[in-house]
Amino acid sequence: MEPIKSFTGKIVALPINDIDTDQIIPARFLKTTDKEGLGKALFSDWRYESDGSPKPDFVLNRPEHQGASVLVGGHNFGCGSSREHAPWALLGGGFKAVVSTYFADIFRNNALKNGLLPITVDEQTHQQLISLAEEDPNTAVTIDLQTLTLTLPDGRRVEFPIDSFSKYCLLNGVDQLGFLLSLENEVVAYEESHPARVNTLVG
Amino acid sequence: MGVTNGNPRTLFEKVWDSHIVRPQTAETPAVLYIDLHLVHEVTSPQAFSMLRERGLKVRCPDKTLGTMDHSTPTTPRNADGIIPILDMQAAKQLDVMRQNCADFGIRLYDLGSENQGIVHVIGPEQGLTQPGMTIVCGDSHTSTHGAFGALAFGIGTSEVGHVLATQTLLQNKPKTMAVRVNGRLQPGVTAKDIILAVIAKIGVGGGTGYVFEYMGEAIRSLNMDGRMTICNMSIEGGARAGMIAPDDITFEYMAGRPYAPKAADWDRAVAQWRQLPTDDGASFDNEVVLNADELAPMITYGTNPGMGMQIVDVVPDPDKLSDPSAKVALDKALRYMDLQPGERLLGKRVDVVFLGSCTNSRISDLREAARILKGRKVADGVRLLVVPGSQQVKKQAEDEGLDRVFREAGAEWREAGCSMCIAMNGDQLQPGQYAVSTSNRNFEGRQGKGGRTFLASPLTAAATAINGVISDAREFVLEYA
Repeated sequence: MEPIKSFTGKIVALPINDIDTDQIIPARFLKTTDKEGLGKALFSDWRYESDGSPKPDFVLNRPEHQGASVLVGGHNFGCGSSREHAPWALLGGGFKAVVSTYFADIFRNNALKNGLLPITVDEQTHQQLISLAEEDPNTAVTIDLQTLTLTLPDGRRVEFPIDSFSKYCLLNGVDQLGFLLSLENEVVAYEESHPARVNTLVG
Repeated sequence: MGVTNGNPRTLFEKVWDSHIVRPQTAETPAVLYIDLHLVHEVTSPQAFSMLRERGLKVRCPDKTLGTMDHSTPTTPRNADGIIPILDMQAAKQLDVMRQNCADFGIRLYDLGSENQGIVHVIGPEQGLTQPGMTIVCGDSHTSTHGAFGALAFGIGTSEVGHVLATQTLLQNKPKTMAVRVNGRLQPGVTAKDIILAVIAKIGVGGGTGYVFEYMGEAIRSLNMDGRMTICNMSIEGGARAGMIAPDDITFEYMAGRPYAPKAADWDRAVAQWRQLPTDDGASFDNEVVLNADELAPMITYGTNPGMGMQIVDVVPDPDKLSDPSAKVALDKALRYMDLQPGERLLGKRVDVVFLGSCTNSRISDLREAARILKGRKVADGVRLLVVPGSQQVKKQAEDEGLDRVFREAGAEWREAGCSMCIAMNGDQLQPGQYAVSTSNRNFEGRQGKGGRTFLASPLTAAATAINGVISDAREFVLEYA
């Protein structure tokens, strides 16, 4: 994974509440055994006509919003299924961050493990970002992972929360598994005092 | 395990505390030990690829079990007893699953085998799901297993890789919410109606950051299948996990199941499990209360499980909502569903009725539906799919003659799997079709692109299938009550 420090990107707003992972990527695209190539399935049912042609009025298809890398969604972004294909599809679609007032827990976890930043902001900032994106499609924000701040075009900086371990991994471009693997002795010690509850290999 | 020394603790806290490998610090989340990892074909292939790339093994194949359920066909077996797979991409995904389980030494309940089924049906039915355990799976409905007093939650594919490689997970401690359901259910009102009412009350994001504990007289009087229905849909209220304290109903369900402890081990285990219920005086971060006596059959009208109402009510009016974003959401949902504010759903024509899914495909669900369908016919022009949750459920239903009831009524009796709940396997709605479904999600396109879903109980599903229009099952239930 590439380290993430800070970046500036164009925002695009999809101000719909409770965008579930079935909208982000419908289940019929989950028959893959790969992570790659899912960007074309991003928001598939909202984005394409049944003949596969792009719906011209869908915001992500508008020419002025091409190249956006920060998606501003409605409240409770990413609810529903645990599919990690959702952040894979968003990353494949060119997004580096999603902004909302809050995220569904599993989506948030999945996003952080893939370098897609879930940026939680207050309602007022959220509304401001939606208005800005709709007024001027070239609106850009700067997201700084080191300081955990999002800077608006007027220079106002708002903080967002990301737990210190995820932040460390993202800043250094390392995944979280390495840390767990380093705890082998502690895991063995746990197992010695906690007998296995089931053995799926017998019976 | 559950022994209280000092502070009173909740069921969740007891299970959490007893699985800490390494406590949370300022730099890292808690490291939690996982007792059982269930694996299916859709969310695991990329995790196994990661293990191969890094030269890692599955640390505890003996705490891991594989099944196939999401992309498997449920069409009847051919003359050779084989379930044919027509979708080449699904066939490849299933082959990859077989190869992964073989290479890493994981037991797999393969398609067509006697124990295959939906991952959240087979865990409990095999006795693998036990009180006080931590259970994870790359599937958000893993919350189902919480019905036994386990801490069970869905994880993403990266985390599937973490558990395969280390049998542990990094977790920030969630908050707790007590979901108290007082009183007793009226005839014709079921566990499904309780959970749809809870979600309608708190909304699909209301439980975000929480683990639910369901309690109260109405919960205690449910059988295990009903309790699983409730815990299953915790995630639809935003909670990753939902738990119910184990009791005699739990132990009676578990006794004698293949992986349940035996003889003296059983007695020891039960004694420990009896320590798990939330202590008197333990506190929750939040609480929601419902009165079961006031509940009626529920149905959803919109495009998320929180958009639900009593079946006798009318579709709400977006203009009457004060929150502008909620108004936009309801407006969008009603356009997708092609419903009008003030419209009654009772009497509305449907095309398909789906009885199945990890929410409602267990033997009690099939029995309830069969009681209504017995001696009756599915209405002309309506397709009723009955998809048992596992091969074991299917066999039991056939032993009880339920398959005949369904077939004679004109329903399709299928093989076990997720089927039309997620519509990955060819079982799907056509654009514009309406379905009453016993599954858990009514999201746009969930049951097939352009399809429209009304979530409801197995009783409502059966009554609707007979009448061909959305129906209140209480008219039938009163007959056999």
